[in-house]
Amino acid sequence: MNSDKILKRVLFFSSLVIVLIAAAMVFSLFEGSLPSISKFGWRFLISDQWDPTQGSENYGALLFIVGTILTSVLALVIAIPLAFCTSLFVAEYFRGTKLASIVGTLVDLLAGIPSIIYGLWGFYILCPLVVEAGLSPQGFGVFTSALILAIMIVPYATSLSNTTIAMVPNDLKEAAYALGATRLEVIRTVILPNARSGMTASYILAFGRAIGETLAVTMLIGNENAIPHGLFSTGNTMASVIANQFGEASGLQLSALIELALLLFVITTIINAIGKYIIKKIG
Amino acid sequence: MKKSIVLVALLSLMTLGNKVSAQSISGAGATFPEPFYNAAFASYERAAHAKVTYGGIGSGGGIRSLKDKIVDFGASDAFLTNQELREMPAPIVHIPTCSGAVVVAYNLPGVKQIKLTPTVLASIFLGQIRNWNHPALRKLNPGVRFPNKEITVVHRSDGSGTTNMFTDYLTKVNKVWHSKVGAGKTVNWPVGVGAKGNPGVAGAIHQTQGSIGYIGSEYAFAQREPSALIQNKAGKFIKATVASTSAAGKGKIPADTRVMLTNSSAPTAYPIAGFTWLIIYKDQAYNNRSFAQAQATLKLIDWMVSRNAQALAVKTNYAPLPAGVAARAKAILRTVTYKGKRILK
Repeated sequence: MNSDKILKRVLFFSSLVIVLIAAAMVFSLFEGSLPSISKFGWRFLISDQWDPTQGSENYGALLFIVGTILTSVLALVIAIPLAFCTSLFVAEYFRGTKLASIVGTLVDLLAGIPSIIYGLWGFYILCPLVVEAGLSPQGFGVFTSALILAIMIVPYATSLSNTTIAMVPNDLKEAAYALGATRLEVIRTVILPNARSGMTASYILAFGRAIGETLAVTMLIGNENAIPHGLFSTGNTMASVIANQFGEASGLQLSALIELALLLFVITTIINAIGKYIIKKIG
Repeated sequence: MKKSIVLVALLSLMTLGNKVSAQSISGAGATFPEPFYNAAFASYERAAHAKVTYGGIGSGGGIRSLKDKIVDFGASDAFLTNQELREMPAPIVHIPTCSGAVVVAYNLPGVKQIKLTPTVLASIFLGQIRNWNHPALRKLNPGVRFPNKEITVVHRSDGSGTTNMFTDYLTKVNKVWHSKVGAGKTVNWPVGVGAKGNPGVAGAIHQTQGSIGYIGSEYAFAQREPSALIQNKAGKFIKATVASTSAAGKGKIPADTRVMLTNSSAPTAYPIAGFTWLIIYKDQAYNNRSFAQAQATLKLIDWMVSRNAQALAVKTNYAPLPAGVAARAKAILRTVTYKGKRILK
């Protein structure tokens, strides 16, 4: 057998293993959630009750879905302007300068910080600030979590944006300048239309990351199993409740947690699919 | 070449090591008694030339591991319910190893010590008393100047034996709690914020003025967290200490030791206390285990309730078993068999 054939087989089998693992994951999640699915059916999706007390066990995912979407959307709303400005700064305005490379490196560095450190920083710095501002009596809640999430996802939102902005052909920009366009006009009429799909993709990537983030959110959201009634109210997310309750759960509770995991999987897949669709549509 | 020599040397070392250590015993479960177990198992390894590995994966995980027969013993902070016992593949026995308590910690600058009755404690955690300036609190603590401040309740967000003990107590002493919330490793909290683990709850309390929460004694004693005096069944206000926790086990307990010690009637007992258990199969001949393996497991557990091991419990901030309970544990261990034959004499 020549080396080319060996390489081909190695590649084939490694890819197959990945596909098999993903399939096995979905299968075991589905199998694990069967007791919960058969007990609650569709009610699981629309009920906001999460009561693990023996005798009156009742599980619904709605409050966690709301909590997850609320924190992630809010994080994205905060992160997009930050990421957008940073991308323009690094990839357009100060492109190629030392300053841009320092800023770019620092932003990338944010992605490498373990989430426990974000959690601790939020716990010890952000929470007291929120309390001092008189926004909530203890500082935990949707707003604090979203703020931390926003900082955590900025690097994801900028990485791809930077590349696509930098890839906008110089000829186009120069042509626009030659026609007398200002810098703002060049950004609006040349860079944005060209880089739009890449930037959207990176925001969706960032959104996906915010949805799955567990540890930092667990430390900051307050872990109250109720639908948040305001920006500064406490709540809970899907990833967070799984991390919290999995260790000591058994029976129906365990099954309900696994069904939550399955839901999280499905939601993430849908978001990725939407992302791909958008990129295709406008790219 | 050099590498292979090192490898061979390492391999021979490993096999040598195996020959010296007679038996390797593995267990998994509760995180609450883990500091005690780690200290005790390390001490046992030195004395008895056995290898003991323990995974603190949570009580639920410990029960699951024993059910799957992948460990020699499991560990749990909550005894198995009748339903759980039926679901096990074979009969098991509970061996209490020590007890612990749940303390009520708070953050009120300038306030040294507060007293709480079961009713007031439950009312706070039910959200019925929402301000420190409440008449019930002032009446109970004459001389204490309570601030006009909202109460922030802090509870565990993760499933835990500590929560089970605390909510079991509230269920016993308060009818409203019993009907509205109930007891369990995780419950549907009426008010408050959740934090992960004892350090999480302690951290949130430290950081939030006007907060109150519950912490496992193994953490609270080690960190010297100030805590509230709780009125026990005999009407006395008791501080949580190793002695008052141990005293909770001095009352009548059932033959299989499956009992929650909360709301103990012993006059010197701290009311929010309970045992933690090791669980093993009543007949040790399963999964082709050797007699030597079964014997090693039993000897280890027998040593855990001995005076030497119980002294280590105190050192690691747990309450030792009262003499009567230790004797009961030893008696239970002597009912454990291998193919119908008793193992310990």
